[in-house]
Amino acid sequence: MKRPFFIALAIISQPLLADSNLPAAYWANRQLPNAAQEAKARALMEELRCLVCQGQSIADSDAELAGDMRDLVRRRIAAGERPSAIRAWLIQRYGTWVSYKPTTEAAAWPLWLAPLALILVGIWMIRSRIRLKARR
Amino acid sequence: MSRGLRLIPIILLLWLVAGFAWRIVRPPDPAVPSQLISRPLPQFALPAALPSKPGLKAADLATGEPRLLNVFASWCVPCADEAEVLSELHRRGVKIDAIAIRDTPMAISAFLARHGDPYDRIGADERSSVQISLGSSGVPETFVVDGRGVMRHQYLGPLTKANIPAVLQQLDEAR
Repeated sequence: MKRPFFIALAIISQPLLADSNLPAAYWANRQLPNAAQEAKARALMEELRCLVCQGQSIADSDAELAGDMRDLVRRRIAAGERPSAIRAWLIQRYGTWVSYKPTTEAAAWPLWLAPLALILVGIWMIRSRIRLKARR
Repeated sequence: MSRGLRLIPIILLLWLVAGFAWRIVRPPDPAVPSQLISRPLPQFALPAALPSKPGLKAADLATGEPRLLNVFASWCVPCADEAEVLSELHRRGVKIDAIAIRDTPMAISAFLARHGDPYDRIGADERSSVQISLGSSGVPETFVVDGRGVMRHQYLGPLTKANIPAVLQQLDEAR
């Protein structure tokens, strides 16, 4: 009889305990007054990976750490720092993992070359088709 | 098209399925380790989290002897589990400083009263900004810092009793 109650309790208690006692950071959910700066911050936030809910960008994530990262990005943009410098600063701490933007390092070459290779294969297939038809 | 070429899509499909199967059997490790290991801690200065204890700045961690830097929060459940292990390390003479993430003095003092207080200093990091500058991605995390303020090791997640010998040895090696 009591078991469903405890299961229900376990389900609601988890999210409660996963959050801190403080409200979201000032710039976490607030746009910068300067629209150009906000656009820059927004573009960068969409390319930074949330450390907690991996697979979401910090722009999409509701995790508190993502909110604090948005706050950090907006503060630095407002202070005049360039987005590429902020990205580099984060990569220095968390590795290239934290950025969604593919790098030019050797491990990412297949990513850049795959579309080219697929287009070449496609062209080759179409060519052989056309030749086959022409021969008939 | 020759017969050999027709096999290519099937081979690609099998390769894809094998890739998925491999990742199901062996899921990737979601931990994000700090890239600052074996490098000096970044400069920071945090205000005191409690009126009874000093705050924490980077220079406090370069005092000539190795220390532990514990990133914790009173609202973090695994941190309560870990508290016992930190107290045991404290009893064995390990110096421990802390950064409290997104926390309030009242909640911290209640947490320490309940789970023990192994900390020399506690800095209050209300916006997780120092946590991010350390390359830390959650609570709890523990860093082994040597006497020159260089980050030597990082433990992601709660320390357990099984970690105690390794932590003591790493502190010894960091001397």
